[in-house]
Amino acid sequence: MRLTLTVNGEQRDIEGVAGTESLLYVLRQRLGLHGAKNACEQGQCGSCSVHLDGVLVCACLVPAPQAHGRSVETVEGLAGGDGPHPVQEAFLACGAVQCGFCTPGMLKATEDLLRRCPDPGEAEIKDALAGNLCRCTGYRHILEAVRLAAARTRALEPRP
Amino acid sequence: MTPYATHARRVAGTVGDSAPRPDGPLKVRGAFAYSSDLEAEGMLWGTTLRSPHPHARILSVDTSAALALPGVRAVLTHRDVPGRNLHGSMVVDQPVLAVDTVRYEGEPVAVVAAEDPETARRAAELVHVAYEVLPPVTDAEAALAPDSPAVHPAGNLLRHVPLRRGRAARGEPLTADVVVRGVYEVGMQDQAFLGPESGLAVPDPDGGVSLHVATQWLHVDHDQVVEALGLPREKVRLYLAGVGGAFGAREDLSMHAHACLLALRTGRPVKMCYTRGESFVGHVHRHPARMAYEHGATRDGRLVYVKASIVLDGGAYSSSSPAVAGTVATCSLGPYEVPDAEVDVRVVYTNNPPCGAMRGFGAVQTCFGYESQMDRLARELGMDPVELRIRNAVAEGSAVANGQVLDHPAPVAELLRRVRERPMPGPSLPEGGHLTGTTSRGESVVRGVGYAVGFKNVGFVEGFDDYSTARVRLEAGGGQVRAVVTSAAAEVGQGVVTVQAQIARTELGVEQVAVEFGDSAFGSAGPSSSSRQTYVTGGAVKAAAEAVRARVLERADRLLGRAGTATGLSGEAVTGAGGEVLCKLADVLGDGAVEETVEWHHRPTFPLDPHTGQGDSVFQFAFAAHRAVVDVDVELGLVRTVEIATAQDVGKAVNPQALLGQIHGGTVQGLGLALMEEIRVEGGLMQNPSFTDYLIPTVHDVPPMHVDVLELADPHAPYGVRGVGEPPNISSPAAVAAAVRDATGLALPRIPLRPEDVAGLTAADDAGGR
Repeated sequence: MRLTLTVNGEQRDIEGVAGTESLLYVLRQRLGLHGAKNACEQGQCGSCSVHLDGVLVCACLVPAPQAHGRSVETVEGLAGGDGPHPVQEAFLACGAVQCGFCTPGMLKATEDLLRRCPDPGEAEIKDALAGNLCRCTGYRHILEAVRLAAARTRALEPRP
Repeated sequence: MTPYATHARRVAGTVGDSAPRPDGPLKVRGAFAYSSDLEAEGMLWGTTLRSPHPHARILSVDTSAALALPGVRAVLTHRDVPGRNLHGSMVVDQPVLAVDTVRYEGEPVAVVAAEDPETARRAAELVHVAYEVLPPVTDAEAALAPDSPAVHPAGNLLRHVPLRRGRAARGEPLTADVVVRGVYEVGMQDQAFLGPESGLAVPDPDGGVSLHVATQWLHVDHDQVVEALGLPREKVRLYLAGVGGAFGAREDLSMHAHACLLALRTGRPVKMCYTRGESFVGHVHRHPARMAYEHGATRDGRLVYVKASIVLDGGAYSSSSPAVAGTVATCSLGPYEVPDAEVDVRVVYTNNPPCGAMRGFGAVQTCFGYESQMDRLARELGMDPVELRIRNAVAEGSAVANGQVLDHPAPVAELLRRVRERPMPGPSLPEGGHLTGTTSRGESVVRGVGYAVGFKNVGFVEGFDDYSTARVRLEAGGGQVRAVVTSAAAEVGQGVVTVQAQIARTELGVEQVAVEFGDSAFGSAGPSSSSRQTYVTGGAVKAAAEAVRARVLERADRLLGRAGTATGLSGEAVTGAGGEVLCKLADVLGDGAVEETVEWHHRPTFPLDPHTGQGDSVFQFAFAAHRAVVDVDVELGLVRTVEIATAQDVGKAVNPQALLGQIHGGTVQGLGLALMEEIRVEGGLMQNPSFTDYLIPTVHDVPPMHVDVLELADPHAPYGVRGVGEPPNISSPAAVAAAVRDATGLALPRIPLRPEDVAGLTAADDAGGR
């Protein structure tokens, strides 16, 4: 089948997509966007988290045809033309990246949280990241990074 | 000459700074190339057909239907392995592809290459293997019985390490005023790294092959792949691809030889990438252990003797089991003064999943055993459990189980005092007031506090020379100076890439440092295992940088016209005895780069005596202590970890932020082993190979962690460093289990603790006695 979707603001047309392919496979193998990771491909680890029409999903659980005509945002789209996203900067500043395989999914989950909730409490942060497994960090530096990213984002974009 | 500032400026990112990871920016952009991200023009996908049986005879293999499937380019069996169809990093006993017998569920039988992953998977299903199913050997203790079926022709005992000290060595009976006994068990833990086993093999025009793979040690992989392929060493090239975590599970071959075989057969690049379910069966695990301990002490709480019989289930192939058994023996008495000891450690072949290296490498299991015993002894004596530990703690000058006298700081008592003295967390329930879910209002929640201290060797032991090779090049261009460090040290997330740059900055006084990964043609760095890279590759980089610096200073002396004037490099300048700037480093280098390669060896270690387990087998021990505070719903059997305090001696905190990350991560892997992580194996079959059924800690399971870092320099180590990766993983399981015991009053002799154990519903609680 032919698949048309918008990825990080750019329209992409892909020929010959099998109906059994996942959105993750399309991103990684057909579009060469390897930022969304393939740690479990069963919806259990959050490493392939992307936004689909603004909703955070595990790309591995989305059949490619369901993404037809829709908008996908991946970790590759986080940084703007003017530099890294505050969430990316905060993860680096706090030492929240070790092997980094969970990092793209963690960044997307954090971005999603801060879109919904600019001043999250501890419980909200933990709920937002509960679907994202990390095996290296023990999560403490990740929690610090989310708090720092929230503070920096609020500083950049004061609420009306 | 141009006038310069009097004193050189300080370069940022040296040893002791929390320098940022050089690979960090790529990782947060999603642009870092992990082994599963690799692609090549004309690439095929490989997949593996695995045994569904834990033990079976292969009667026939028919690949014709698979080969007939459109898009399939190769189906290979053991007949297609041109070289040695066996691998193993220590004992060479594991087939590359099974011949006539399969010995564990998931053992590779055939490999397939096809145009896309789905076709490869379907083709693997079409390979018809006729099996005669055999009864599996599934109990490690029963496997030692003389009438047990043999998993391998030479029998099921893979290694026996006896340890005899004091009266036991002289054949005298072991007696004491107070004796406590217990039998303890540790379940099978999985490393559960997130980046699956994967890589890309590319055929080379010279008939050789290049493999890009995620690993902990390129060179030991290279040795084994070369043998399997039957090619000259120089025609097989291994390159480090991005590694998504390791924790010991990448010490053995996975898809390495398979992808190379397929690439050489098809003449096309072949990518292999395991699924999560395949990853669970595709790598070794932490050994399950059964440990019968007996501790004898005086009435005032001095240890007199320890007897222990420890059996480890090694599974179907040896992997690093022999070395794990050695570590168990060497650590089996804990960091305590014990005059007499009689310990037997046996690691056994079974038809269970193969076990090998996982963070802590046997020290984790034995720590759960001896620390459970210390708590039991404290209760028997009516003593405070921390006081009992402090009374028996080793210090510098003490001997440990292998008879080795500690010739570096060993602040065991101090570590225990530090975690004990930290203020206790207040009584609290998590936000919402529920321990978990909505089934309890906390009316049966009890607070518990537990302590444990552990230790382990850093680096390889028993005479193995696990050296490292590093090349350092200092060059100038356009008025800029930079250093390039090359080593084959595998960056697995721990930050050895950062540490190497920090050392080069420290020794050469330059800001710009690039760290390059050497391939299999470069000298070995040894493995990213056993908490050794900062020590050993750090030592190599330091030595190479010092050699470069010596040559640069000679050159500066010639330029300045006086020997012995230039004494240091700092702030991209050459400095004199008083720290004053003599000239710019760029001016000294000119167009001539200075480069040195050093193969650096730590001090030698020696074998263990085969009868007594005695010998100076270790070049450094590392220590950590934990205090865990838990809230337990004693009716529901649910545990919430309230806080964990850690105290660890690191010798020198080379990168404090990365160090904390190691301590947090290691502590949490131990918490996982205490409370939730177990590969359940029934009849040799793995019951839970997925992240739905094999639980690792999530952000909700992780408590606040307070870390107290001691920096007592080891005089034998570069910068005084001590390995840091494993110690926090060794004592945290025992501390968490002790805290749950404290809350429940149950014996809880087995980890991970299941809700039914914690609620006091299992017979297992009687097994060890109280």
